[in-house]
Order: sequence, then C-alpha cells, then structure tokens
Amino acid sequence: MALSVHVDVVSAEEQIFSGLAEFVVLPGEVGELGIFPGHMPLMTRIKPGAVRLKLQGQEREELIFVAGGILEVQPGLVTVLADTAIRGHDLDEAKALDAKKKAEEAMGNRSSEMDYARAQAELAEAVAQLAAIQRLRKKSH
Amino acid sequence: MAGGKEIRTKIKSVQNTKKITKAMEMVAASKMRKAQERMRAARPYSEKIRRLAANLAAANSTEFHHPFLAKSGTAVEGGQKRIGLIVVTTDKGLCGGLNTNVLRLAMNNMRQWEKDGAGDIRVTCIGNKGLGFMQRLGAKVVSHVGHLGDTPHLEKLIGPIKVMIDAFEKGEIDAVHLAYTRFINTMKQEPQVEQLLPLTGERLGTPESSWDYLYEPEAKVVIEELLVRYVEALIYQAVAENMASEQSARMVAMKSATDNAGNVIKELQLIYNKARQAAITKEISEIVGGAAAV
Repeated sequence: MALSVHVDVVSAEEQIFSGLAEFVVLPGEVGELGIFPGHMPLMTRIKPGAVRLKLQGQEREELIFVAGGILEVQPGLVTVLADTAIRGHDLDEAKALDAKKKAEEAMGNRSSEMDYARAQAELAEAVAQLAAIQRLRKKSH
Repeated sequence: MAGGKEIRTKIKSVQNTKKITKAMEMVAASKMRKAQERMRAARPYSEKIRRLAANLAAANSTEFHHPFLAKSGTAVEGGQKRIGLIVVTTDKGLCGGLNTNVLRLAMNNMRQWEKDGAGDIRVTCIGNKGLGFMQRLGAKVVSHVGHLGDTPHLEKLIGPIKVMIDAFEKGEIDAVHLAYTRFINTMKQEPQVEQLLPLTGERLGTPESSWDYLYEPEAKVVIEELLVRYVEALIYQAVAENMASEQSARMVAMKSATDNAGNVIKELQLIYNKARQAAITKEISEIVGGAAAV
C-alpha cells in the first residue's frame, strides 16, 4: 500500500473533507503545490481554486473547490483552512466601510428602528402588567 | 349579567395569543436543533486554527512578534485606556432575558473600564438589539451588522470585525473584548465578556509539540492572515453559540407564555361561568318574585 497523509479540509462553517490521501495538489499563492506524504512543515496561503486529492487505494480523484485560505503541512498531516468567501484586501475594505456606514446611519436616523424598539418595550411592559393583574386577581379569589 | 360579553371576547383574544405562542415555541424548537448542529459544525475549524495559532505563538516568539499576541510576562489587564467591545445579540426579541442579561453584563463592564480610566470605548454591534441598547446608552458605535437570519455567515461578519481589527492594528485601541451568550444547554445560557485581543496565552493553550514552518511567501504575511482568521473564527463561534442560545431561550420563554395563557383562560372561564350563573339566578328570583306579587 502506498504511503498516505491525513487531509482535513475545513471551513469556518463546516467540515468539508477528512480522510487519507496519497497525493494532494493545491493552488498555492506562489504556484501550484503538489504534496506527497512526508512533506516538510509548510505554511502558505492558497488562492481560490481546486484542491485535488488522490484518495488512498482508489483510482478516482476528489476535487474540492475552495475560495482561498491557509494551508498547513506537517509530515503526516495536511490541513486546509478554507475561506467561505472570496477574500481580498479591497473586498474586505468595502465590507468594513459598509458596516461603518450602517452604524453611522443607525446613529443618525433613530426614528424607524428606535420606534420599533420602543413599541416593543411598551408591549413587554403591558404584558408584564397584565400578568401582575392576573396574579393579584388569583390571590383575591 | 356583568360583562359576560367582555369576558367572552377576552377569552377569545387570550386563546389567539396562546395559539401564536404555541406556534412560536414549536418553530423555535426545530430551529434550535439546526442552530446547535451549526454550532458543532464550526468546531473542527476553530480547533484546527487554534492549534495552528498556538504553534505559531510558540515557534515565532523570537524572530517576529505580532501585535495580536500578548507579550508574555506583561500584565494584560489594567492600563487599557482605549477599549473596543464587540457585542453579539439577537435581531429579534421575545427570547426571555437573553439580550437583557448580555447587555447588562456588557454595560457593567463598560462602567468598570470607565472607572479604571478608560476614556475611549468603541462598540461593534452584531445584532439589532445590541444596537438599539447602545444607542440609548450613548455609546460610540463604530460598526454594525444586523439581519443575520437563522444561519450565521462569516461573510457578513468580516466587515464589522475588520473595523475593530484595523483600529487595533493601528494602535487606536489597546484591547478588544467580546460579549456574547454562551450556550451551555437548552435550559441554561450564560452571558460572557472575554478578552479577544491581544490574544492571551491561556486562550491558545500550549502546543503539543513545536516546530517551525517554511513560510511562503513570508512569515509575516501568512501569520497576519492566520491570526485575522483566528479572531474571525472566534467571533463566528460566538455568533453561532448566540444563535443556539436565542432559539433555546425563545423556546423556553414561549413555553411558559403558553402555560400562562392556559391558566388565564381557565380563570376567565371560571369568572364567566360564575357571572352567567349569577345572572340566571337573578332572573329566576325576579320571575318568582313577580309571580308571587300576582
């Protein structure tokens, strides 16, 4: 039997693959990487693309698409920490700006959601009052 | 017959309320199961990335020191003047004291920090409830995300987290804390405030073995990226736990509301029957009185 390496592909939201493979091909940031069992410890970023796994004792290859991430290699272990979304400095920046804008907007216009929150608070109060009245009534009976 | 009709209307309306709370209870019960599964699904990633970060922290202490990692030996608590706080709450209410508890804890912490000399507290709100509360409190909200739905997506969290991480990297804030509700079991959820950045040693744990990696293209870039992902994974985990807590708390709250509605209906029914009986008795005595007079 050929030598094998344990491969884990996980993303923050789920476990994608876990099992033994004889050979792994990954889209590394500085070029395509082929990893055999016994590779030296390596850590690198990977680009969006396909991870190709030659499964142990099987002819077929498993293909997994990842949106980039981080690869860690140890002699008997390959771990792919896959991203759940395509990442990039500009993209992340845009998202951060969006979140900032949302906070500013919310601070600026307090009307809509604040009214809703207030109405809900009043409702909760009314419910509590009703419950108290019920309890009082129960005692007086 | 005093208010017979009013009592009947009241019974009807309480019955309708009971139907709604019962339905919400059942919806929350089924969502809870899914939320717990998602919470568990996120665990392999956070375990692996934690192990990696621990390895890195041990291997790289000499050649390159990342600002996210707390310098060993220096006191982390105390002396934090500018603090970032990430508050994870739900979007919707009707889930018992869940949000109240976590927000009260967050507020107490903020008061404590202020007492200890913190002058600048920035808040990131994940979930609408926290935003409403922080606005009323007059806190400085720097970023916000809401309407997360039933499934937490990391993609939505990247933006608001980045605002905090950037501020920390630039040295605008000294520490980042995270407030959320920890899921213990269906009946028990616990509000919690933890220090997120700088990463402390005990949080990472000690690696089983330590070795150094080959980095491509270079150590700094890879470590930087890994640590950002690590922080995001921690927050994602907190959001997932918060969601599981939300559904459990809602289920319990709605169950007690349904029970209460049942009691109220029973009681109203009794009042109604009594009133009806009194009216009948009165009527009979009037007829008898009338007949006797004739």
